[in-house]
Amino acid sequence: MELTGAEIVVSCLRDEGVKHLFGYPGGAVLNIYDEIYKQTAFQHILVRHEQAAVHAADAYARATGQVGVAIVTSGPGATNAVTGIATAYMDSIPMVVISGQVPTAAIGQDAFQEVDMVGITRPCVKHNFLVRDIHDLATTIKMAFYIAATGRPGPVVVDIPKDVTQHSCKYEYPKTISMRSYNPTSKGHAGQIKKAAQMLLDAKRPMVYTGGGVVLGNAAPQVTELVRMLGYPATSTLMGLGGYPSPDPLFLGMLGMHGTIEANMAMQHCDVLLAVGARFDDRVIGNPKHFAKEARRIIHIDVDPSSISKRVRVDVPIVGEVSQVLDEVIKLLRADPAKPDAQALQAWWAQIELWRAQDCLKYDRGSALIKPQFVVEKLYEVTRGDAYVTSDVGQHQMWAAQYYKFDKPRRWINSGGLGTMGFGLPAAMGVQMAHPEAMVACITGEGSIQMNIQELSTCKEWNMPIKVILLNNGYLGMVRQWQEFFYDKRYAESYMNSLPDFVKLAEAYGHIGMTIDKPEDVEPALRDAFGKYKDRLVFLNFLTDPRENVFPMIPAGKGLSEMILL
Amino acid sequence: MRHIISLLMENESGALSRVAGLFSARAYNIESLTVAPTEDPTLSRMTIVTSGSTDVIEQITKQLNKLIDVVKVQDLTDGSHIERELMLVKVRATGEQREEMKRLTDIFRGRILDVSDKTYTIELTGPVSKLDAFLDSVEAANILETVRTGASGIGRGDRIMKI
Repeated sequence: MELTGAEIVVSCLRDEGVKHLFGYPGGAVLNIYDEIYKQTAFQHILVRHEQAAVHAADAYARATGQVGVAIVTSGPGATNAVTGIATAYMDSIPMVVISGQVPTAAIGQDAFQEVDMVGITRPCVKHNFLVRDIHDLATTIKMAFYIAATGRPGPVVVDIPKDVTQHSCKYEYPKTISMRSYNPTSKGHAGQIKKAAQMLLDAKRPMVYTGGGVVLGNAAPQVTELVRMLGYPATSTLMGLGGYPSPDPLFLGMLGMHGTIEANMAMQHCDVLLAVGARFDDRVIGNPKHFAKEARRIIHIDVDPSSISKRVRVDVPIVGEVSQVLDEVIKLLRADPAKPDAQALQAWWAQIELWRAQDCLKYDRGSALIKPQFVVEKLYEVTRGDAYVTSDVGQHQMWAAQYYKFDKPRRWINSGGLGTMGFGLPAAMGVQMAHPEAMVACITGEGSIQMNIQELSTCKEWNMPIKVILLNNGYLGMVRQWQEFFYDKRYAESYMNSLPDFVKLAEAYGHIGMTIDKPEDVEPALRDAFGKYKDRLVFLNFLTDPRENVFPMIPAGKGLSEMILL
Repeated sequence: MRHIISLLMENESGALSRVAGLFSARAYNIESLTVAPTEDPTLSRMTIVTSGSTDVIEQITKQLNKLIDVVKVQDLTDGSHIERELMLVKVRATGEQREEMKRLTDIFRGRILDVSDKTYTIELTGPVSKLDAFLDSVEAANILETVRTGASGIGRGDRIMKI
């Protein structure tokens, strides 16, 4: 039996096991939407702006490990999706975005709602396709899912002209796919793994540095086992939080621009560094020349060969799935009668404890104003560390990362690479759809939340009981902080007056809104939100200290040991 | 250092723009780029002449390998290889210059493809340096037009790039 292109799209999604699809209809995808209407295999979540559909699909993938799926129409639908696609690309998130396109005969004619989607997204996708022939449609969708999910994951765009959705052909969804041009490496080189194990045993001042690859590669159990087995200190990037349990004493906190003293100093002064699924980016090691001042040997495990020796020369590169490589390392270490140098390790830990004793995350707990850090700490307590936390981008994001002690992977969902304001609320929607029973909190700022505030309407339609934790300081806080430190306090356009009444706004969308302006009201408000109102979306507008800054801070271009402290 | 990178890629529409886009997005140098289908029409062979430090060239080959359409990447400069470029050049050829141009063309083993009463159109093939040398030996004012293909490269002897 022959199916139309639109029927094929829907059948492919069904056969791929897709359960949720985030999107927004329009002319070029009307045939597909007509088939979506007729089917029951998956739910379609109508957003209020295409960017939100892509962020929601992205967060759905981050929270579950499955490929997120979004669908948008041609032209403006497609361009609105681009920020979301770039966000997913920078954080290596497996995602398939289906975009409508004008009919093949109209391509290149400057037709209504035409953009060259394949051209526009080329630099921010893992791969993209324009399907010109219906006979290629099912195979292309299969390839898109395969490419998105394997190797270093990433977003894949499938651009489908409207006439292709009307044509028909025989449908068969390929069970497997093989591509001569794409064979991601999965197993690490045995010789290199052996070298790595030996180097780890020889370390006097070891350090384990883990990144988003640990979360994406489902290697949290291996990282935890390895670190505990050796008793070595561990740190994580913003993207890797939850890959190792944060409350554990072996964990030194996040490293990088707003990392802890102990993590940054141990990173700078270790003699053997094990980097797992991390890429030494500018927000992590600061200035690579400063980083290179101290001699250390580096083992780098990553699924993407191009991440290795990109910014920092490494001694033992290992390309492969991080979980598989770590399994092998653990096996070798178990079989080896040699143990790490206990005396050296003790001296190293003594040094680390001195750094840790500086208590770099302290803040004024006696303040009459609500401190944003306090809100995050209370959120952690009230949710018993068990919430999924999404965030936007700015100071609130850093406080969330520093003070919510993630102890499981896939719980911390933020735009690390691209730094996309407006990510948090749609991301919370994606997480809540994936985990309807879970506590989902969106930590945000009054700048970021307004970049996708319209999604409060989607939340109402689907009764998503998200808790919006707005740390409202009346400033674009991170911009203000940089202006205070580096621009002589010239606060150019970082102050936001005429903010909306967020309580009324939440109510206008059919939700519960609260404004909290006293520290003693923080915990009760959170308890109400997660207790009495647990089935409702609650928008908590915390009026926080407008002058609070994120510490420690490494100024851009400086090195790991050049932190500004409180 | 100058490197010649060869790659085999799927002969799909847009494949060239993926490579060109990669070079511009990551600020890699690109001196020349040639591309055409191979004996297998589903594959294109591309030769890219670029330059950069060892680290940059390593990244270029890794990033090229990462492109989904790319089947194989080889840095020809790693071993002995042959490179050739074709140039068509139109020169002023009047009076005494006429004989002079003819002689120069012969010395460089070029061919005169087209003649008018004021010009010669000369075809030259060779390594990039030879074509440069030819242009250097003609007075700039006498060069009316040049068109060059960019270098194509292939490994010497048994060094074969195939899938």
